[in-house]
Amino acid sequence: MITFDRVSKRYEEGHEALSEVSVEIRQDEMVFLTGHSGAGKSTLLRLIMLIERPSRGQLIVDGQNLAKVGERGIPRHRRNIGVVFQNHQLLFDRSVFHNVALPLVIGGYEQREIGRRVRAALDKVGLLSKERALPVTLSGGEQQRVGIARAVVARPRILLADEPTGNLDPLLSAEIMQLFEAFSQVGVTVLIASHDLALISRMRHRILTLRGGRLVGTGA
Amino acid sequence: MSAVENKLRREGASTRRTQMRHLFQGWLAHHRLSAADSLARVLDHPFASTLTWLVLGIALALPAALTVALDNARALSDRWDSPAQLSLFLSGSVSADEAQSLSAALQQRPDVEHVAFVSRDAALAEFSVLSGFADVLETLERNPLPDVLLLTPVPGSDAAPALYTELAADPRIAEVVLDMAWLERLNTLMQISRRVVWALGSVLVAGVVLILGNTIRLSIESRREEIVVIKLVGGSNAFVRRPFLYTGLWYGVGGGVFAALLVASALWLLGGPVMRLAELYQSNFRLGGLGIMGSLNLVLIGGCLGLAGAWLAVTRHLRLIAPR
Ligand SMILES: Nc1ncnc2c1ncn2[C@@H]1O[C@H](COP(=O)(O)OP(=O)(O)O)[C@@H](O)[C@H]1O
Ligand SMILES: [Mg+2]
Repeated sequence: MITFDRVSKRYEEGHEALSEVSVEIRQDEMVFLTGHSGAGKSTLLRLIMLIERPSRGQLIVDGQNLAKVGERGIPRHRRNIGVVFQNHQLLFDRSVFHNVALPLVIGGYEQREIGRRVRAALDKVGLLSKERALPVTLSGGEQQRVGIARAVVARPRILLADEPTGNLDPLLSAEIMQLFEAFSQVGVTVLIASHDLALISRMRHRILTLRGGRLVGTGA
Repeated sequence: MSAVENKLRREGASTRRTQMRHLFQGWLAHHRLSAADSLARVLDHPFASTLTWLVLGIALALPAALTVALDNARALSDRWDSPAQLSLFLSGSVSADEAQSLSAALQQRPDVEHVAFVSRDAALAEFSVLSGFADVLETLERNPLPDVLLLTPVPGSDAAPALYTELAADPRIAEVVLDMAWLERLNTLMQISRRVVWALGSVLVAGVVLILGNTIRLSIESRREEIVVIKLVGGSNAFVRRPFLYTGLWYGVGGGVFAALLVASALWLLGGPVMRLAELYQSNFRLGGLGIMGSLNLVLIGGCLGLAGAWLAVTRHLRLIAPR
């Protein structure tokens, strides 16, 4: 589903953030990406989302060579990918419902369909009762679950998460990870960057380890 | 081709059609949403928005008001324009008979519509009645006024200047006064004024676009995070642009409405005095306004300028806001 073929990324003003990364992630997999701060985890995810472009190497996502996706093709590419961020990236002047509905509004869904899907997604993350609430009135864990609902509401084939439990206590973190596992079981490819080794090694999934931009363990 | 294949193909086409319809409905829904949302945001800050509307309104009202003023001036000058008249003051040596035959000869010309003979005695009588100087004039030994022929050229022709040069050379005529001269000057003046209004209008219109561009730029800045999020979850540039274009539209339309109101109230204030002035001159002249169409045009122009300003700001600034 996601194939890195000797991908390197050098930021304009810096050293190489990723060097010669080669890895293949299958469609039915849930994979963790770990490594110290600055190892290149976020950079790897940014390449998949086309926030950044590789300096060298080839990256294929869902059968599409990303080198062939132009500026205009980026929005369509991103609509196939759900993303969860450490800092949630919610719109704080919009209700929970509106936040979750955003990808569907962008995708041009009908009003009725939007309502149905948003409620289904909120139900999955256990926040159905909060649809009218503003994000600021929610706890950190709840905000993160709103972010997850938004990431999955348009039923993307790929789900990326960058330190999704970074600000949460261990119990909440485990709950969030179980949510991701549930999505993986219904056929979504899940890739989660996290430096919380204690948490992710308890779960039985492949772990990719980055060190200084190089992949030192592919867990296979 | 088998019947099954045919059926599948038909179904494929019809799902595609359904998808297209859904996409179109979604697109329409987002337009409605953006329009309503942008309007709500504009109305959420009544003070700032009213200020913007006023600034735009004044900038649009100035050229509009000047155009209306020029239209009125032209309506006024049109009343005097035709027929222009030439006053021929005959020299003292010309007798009454000679004057009559000159008048008859001029009347025969194809470029002359009408000639009226005002004898010096008639002129003096009229003058003494009109001026109220009857007593003074009685004391004069001699009538100081010359005989006058009032000549009206064929209307619509440009005969007046040619007649002027020809008749001024006639020894029987002491002086020709072309009543057109000042009208020509007025017309030239109005042409110049029209150009000035155009130039002023262009400058103000450019100002409107820039003001709006700046307002939209600020509103883009204040929603930077939202734009980043939208781009992250796959919003196209058109999608991100839409609410800002509507914001520009609402500011522009509001500015146009304010401009129309400003012009209308200025005319309303001037209307009474102008009417009394016109009555003093026994004229039934009335100030013309923008009218319904003119006002709608102004609103339309405001809307277009709003869109243009928003487009300018959006193309310049949205590109710079990208997820990091
Ligand atoms: N936008 C950027 N410009 C320049 N250097 C960057 C940028 N983003 C990240 N880096 C650098 O690239 C390296 C990898 O960063 P990152 O992918 O964020 O690591 P991680 O997510 O594992 O902490 C770091 O050395 C970081 O300083
Ligand atoms: Mg990171």
